[in-house]
Amino acid sequence: MTFLIDLLAATLRNATPLVYGTVGETYAERGGVLNLGIEGTMYAGAFVGFAAAFVTGSPLLGLVAAIAAGLLSGAVMGILTVTFGANQHVSGIGLTIGLIGASEFANRLIFRGGELQRIDPMPLVNPLPDLGPASAIFSQYGLTWVAFVLVVPLAWWVLQRSSFGLEIRAVGENPEAADAAGVSVPRTRYLALMIGGALMAVGGAFFTLALLGSFTLDIIAGRGWVCIALVIFGRWRIGRGVVGALLFSLIYSLQFRLRILPGFGDLPFELLLALPYLVVIGALALSGRNVAYPGAYLKPYRRS
Amino acid sequence: MRLPRTSPRYRLSPWSTPALVVIAVAITFLVTSGPILLAGANPIAAYAEFVVIPLTSRFTLLEVLVSATPILFTGAAVAIAFRAGYWNIGAEGQLLLGATAAAGVGAAVGDLPAIVALPAMLAAGALAGASWALLPALLRVRFGIDEVVTTLLLNPVALLLVTGLLHGPWRDPVTGFPESPRIAASAEFPALIDRSRLHLGFVIGLIVIAIAWYVIARTPAGLRLRAVGLSPHGARFAGISVSRTLIVAALASGAVAGLAGVSEVAGIQHRLTSGLSPGYGYTGIVVATLGTLAMPGVILAALFLGDLAVGASTAARSLGIPSQLGAVVQGVLLLTVVALLALRRGRSTRPADTGPAGAEATDDESAPVEEPVA
Repeated sequence: MTFLIDLLAATLRNATPLVYGTVGETYAERGGVLNLGIEGTMYAGAFVGFAAAFVTGSPLLGLVAAIAAGLLSGAVMGILTVTFGANQHVSGIGLTIGLIGASEFANRLIFRGGELQRIDPMPLVNPLPDLGPASAIFSQYGLTWVAFVLVVPLAWWVLQRSSFGLEIRAVGENPEAADAAGVSVPRTRYLALMIGGALMAVGGAFFTLALLGSFTLDIIAGRGWVCIALVIFGRWRIGRGVVGALLFSLIYSLQFRLRILPGFGDLPFELLLALPYLVVIGALALSGRNVAYPGAYLKPYRRS
Repeated sequence: MRLPRTSPRYRLSPWSTPALVVIAVAITFLVTSGPILLAGANPIAAYAEFVVIPLTSRFTLLEVLVSATPILFTGAAVAIAFRAGYWNIGAEGQLLLGATAAAGVGAAVGDLPAIVALPAMLAAGALAGASWALLPALLRVRFGIDEVVTTLLLNPVALLLVTGLLHGPWRDPVTGFPESPRIAASAEFPALIDRSRLHLGFVIGLIVIAIAWYVIARTPAGLRLRAVGLSPHGARFAGISVSRTLIVAALASGAVAGLAGVSEVAGIQHRLTSGLSPGYGYTGIVVATLGTLAMPGVILAALFLGDLAVGASTAARSLGIPSQLGAVVQGVLLLTVVALLALRRGRSTRPADTGPAGAEATDDESAPVEEPVA
C-alpha cells in the first residue's frame, strides 16, 4: 500500500516536466512548427531558473527568469523558421546545441565549476491533508499542482475553445485560409512558439527550482525528446499527450523502485526505459498512413 | 577590350556558397563575442586562440585532425541522407550501434591478425549502423511517417542499449566499471604518426568521403539520389524509384555513421563506454550544413570544427574562457548558416515565384537545406 502511494506520488512528480514540455511542444506544432529546440529550451529553463533563484534568493523570481528565457527561445525559433523560413529540423537542433552550450558556458562562468551550489527549493504543498495515508499522493510541489490543475485545463481550453486557439490551429492546418480570413500567420506562429517555449522552460526549471534544488550537467537527459514523442503519441491533443506523460512517468518511477528491491537487481531496466520510445514508434507504425500530421507541419508560409 | 573569363559579379556575389559560409562564420564570431566579453577576455585574442593557435604546434595540429575524425564520418553520413531529402537526425544512435558492434567484434577476434580483424570490425560497424537506420526508412517509404522523429527517438534507445550492455553482460568483471572488455591489440587502429593519437580512422574517413563524393557526383545512383533530393515528384516522373533511393540513402548514411563509432572504439577508446560520443551525431548535422552538403565542404567543415574544438580547450586554459564556448559557436554557426541559406532561397525564388505558397516544401517531402554545388 505504501509502495503504491509512493509510486503514484512519484508518477505525478516525474510527469510534471513532461507535461509542461508536451503541452508546450503541442502549441508549437499545432501552429505548424516542429520545435526540436525543446531539449535546449528545457535545459536553458533549468539553468536560468536556478541561476536567477541563486542570485536573488527567490525561487519565484527564478521561475520568472526561466519563463523569460523560454519566451526568448521561442522567439528565436520564430525568427529562424517563421521570418526566414529556415529548415525547421536544422534550426531546432541548432537551437538545442546552442542553448545547452550557452547554459553550460554560463554555469562555468557564474559558479566556476566549484562545489555544487544549492538553493532552498520550492516546498511541497498538500491542500488535501485529511485523506489519511493516501494524502501523501497529493503532497506535491506547487509547480505540479499548477501543471495539472491550471496549465493543462487552461491550455486545452485555449487551444480547443478560444478564438486564439482556433487561430493557432488554423495557421498550422491551412495557413492560406487563415491568411485569407485575416489572421496574421507570422504573428500567430510567433505567439504559439513563445507560449510553447515558456512552458518548456518551466518544465526544465521544475528540476532545479523544485525537485533537486541544484543544477547539474545533463539535467534534462533527453526528456525534451520524450516530449516530442509524447506529442505524436497524443496525436497533437493536449489530453492524450498528458496521459502519455503519465504512462511514461509511471514506467520510469516503477523501474526506479523495482531496481532497489532484492531479486530485481539484474533485470535490464534499460529495456523498460526504452519502452516509451519504442511504444511511440510502434504506435506510429501501427497507425500507418492514418497519422494526421498538422496540415502545414514543417512548411514555412510565404504569401504568393 | 576583352571581357574577363568569369564574371566578377558572380564571383563576388555575397550569395555564392563559399562567401555565404564565410559571412556565416563572421556573424557567428560577432554574436559569440558577447559571451567572450562576459568571460572577461578580448574577442580578437580569443578567436586567434580558437582558430590560429591550434595550427601552430605539431601536437595541437595533430589533435585537430583527431577531433575532426569522428565528425568527418557523421558529417558525411548526414550529408548523404540530406542530399536525398531524407532527414536522418539519428546519426548519434547509428554511431553508438557501430561502436557497440566494433567493441563486440574487436574483443572476439582475439588472435586473428589485423588484416582480418580490422575489416571485420569495419563491416560489423557499418552493418550495425545501417540496420539501426533501416526501421525509420521503411516507416517513411511505407507509411509516410516523418523520419525526423523516428530517427531522433532511436538515439536515446541506442544509448540505453549501450548502458544496458555496460551495466549487464559487458560490465568489467574485475573492476565492476561499466566498460566493455578491451578490444584485441590486433583490432586497434594503428597510429598514423608516432607520439600522437592520430589513427587510421582519419584516413578511412577521407576514403569514405572520396567514395561518397564519387558516387554522388559521378554515378547514376548518385544522380538519382540528387534528383530525389531536389524534387521527389520530378524524380518519380522521370521514372526513378523514390522509395528505393530513399532507403539506399538512409542505409548508406547509417553505415557511414556506424563507421564513426568503429573509428572511435578502434582508434581512441579501445572499448565501449557510455560517454563514447559527446554528441558527434548532432555535430555531424552542423558539419554537413556548414559544408553545404557537398563532400569537399564536409572535409573543410570537419577540419574547421576540429580546429575550434581544440582551440576551445586551449583557450579555456590560457584565457580562462569556459571550453563550452565551443558548443555555443557550433549552435550559432548552424543557425546562421540555415538562416542565410533560407534568405538566399527566398531571394532566388521570389522573382520567378508563381507557384503556390510554400513551394519550397512540397506535399509530403520537403526539399533539402540547399541545392549544393556538387
